[in-house]
Amino acid sequence: MRRTGDTVFFDTPPGVRACAAAVGRKEGDGPLGKCFDVVCPDNRFGAKTWEQAESAMVEKASLRALEKAGLAPAAVQASLGGDLLNQCIATSFAARTLGAPFLGLYGACSTMAEGLLLGAALCAGGFASPVLCTAASHFCSAERQYRYPLEYGGQRTPSAQWTATACGAVVLTAGSAPVRITAATAGRVYDPGITDAANMGGAMAQSAYETLKTFFRDSGTTPEDYDLLVTGDLARIGHGLVTRLFADDGVTLGGNYHDCGMMLYSDKQDAHAGASGCGCSAAVLCGHILPAMERGRYRRVLFCGTGALMSPVSANQGESIPGICHLVRLERGADGEAGT
Amino acid sequence: MKQTKEEYSRLCKELSPPSPSGRTVPAAFLVGGALCALGQLLRQWLESMGLPDKAVATWVSCALILLGVALTALRLFEKLAKRAGAGTLVPITGFANAIASPALEFKTEGFILGTCVKMFTIAGPVLACGVGASVLYGLIYWLVTR
Repeated sequence: MRRTGDTVFFDTPPGVRACAAAVGRKEGDGPLGKCFDVVCPDNRFGAKTWEQAESAMVEKASLRALEKAGLAPAAVQASLGGDLLNQCIATSFAARTLGAPFLGLYGACSTMAEGLLLGAALCAGGFASPVLCTAASHFCSAERQYRYPLEYGGQRTPSAQWTATACGAVVLTAGSAPVRITAATAGRVYDPGITDAANMGGAMAQSAYETLKTFFRDSGTTPEDYDLLVTGDLARIGHGLVTRLFADDGVTLGGNYHDCGMMLYSDKQDAHAGASGCGCSAAVLCGHILPAMERGRYRRVLFCGTGALMSPVSANQGESIPGICHLVRLERGADGEAGT
Repeated sequence: MKQTKEEYSRLCKELSPPSPSGRTVPAAFLVGGALCALGQLLRQWLESMGLPDKAVATWVSCALILLGVALTALRLFEKLAKRAGAGTLVPITGFANAIASPALEFKTEGFILGTCVKMFTIAGPVLACGVGASVLYGLIYWLVTR
């Protein structure tokens, strides 16, 4: 393992042993609908409350990923995960059922990347393997915590994003696997001074730009070296901002730059600027990106989880919205090939 | 390139699409107008039945509140409000929805701690300011007419 700047490069890169995604109806109806392992038609996942539904979704995605990996929950040496609910109850209540050693995370919508970064470090350092990483969000539980009751009649602005009802689960292992995490950058917190809670993409874009810039500097690579550069949930406005900020530096982000928030829903699904939430990037990663890497469609991918580190309290107190972005580099290839 | 907060904010605004006012304002006008016309029709009908003025005002308000609550319970209010915006928000129907929606949403936390506590989370400020303003108005009225 070696470190350059803010980036860690893994000499023996941990592998992705299996992954799974569980989503709600709207996500199932979206362009990636067929990629997901579990689609719940009523978003309830057999539970009475939305919080329990989110927890059940985490359980379903975790168990499906473990089943694909051929592992029992008891074999997991560390489980890292988080969600958007106060005190991360969705994930910790699911961990109560799973029974694996659990470390709760909060990185807002960057949680999947944060989990992968820490999980990879645990695997590569010989501290734990296999490691289960999850991230989840539920539209209905997020709405009642952050915004209004579901039945409240309000109008959204075009810059608003739709919290995804989705969960992604990844099983990491110190052993060999086709897709490996070869490097990771833990992001710093940036605050461009945006106070509009209905423009999260705008608030998070600077952190995505800074983390990517740091990674390119630390790794000596350029955007063209990757088949896919994907940010978590910047949606249309944030995606445009990152493209523009790089363009101002003379760097063109081409057709290989995508955002999970723009991939989950179609334009007809009334999601305004796009999707958001921990589950957005987690489900797109586990349902689409990782399986596509395994099939050989992408070889080198930069997965950048973006998070808006605000709460309803900080927003009411007039604070601006700080953003964070964690990056993991995923590579498909033979042993020893990875690591720049 | 290092951007100042002002430059970043300008860029962010430039890339954020504006509200489609050409569509939303007429929708709000039409739906809001239709609700008011409904109230007026009700008023004239009740007056024609010989009800006194004060009672008519109460009955019309109550009927529109009932309509707002019923539409909220049937999950139709949010669908209409998504298109109508201020058209459903400003009339008394919006006030009814603001109380009924948290009452329904938070029933999972129980009748007292959920429904009763959370019922006024949206409408509470309107009530507090409304009652406060009427006290102030009453005081001024009393001073002027004394």
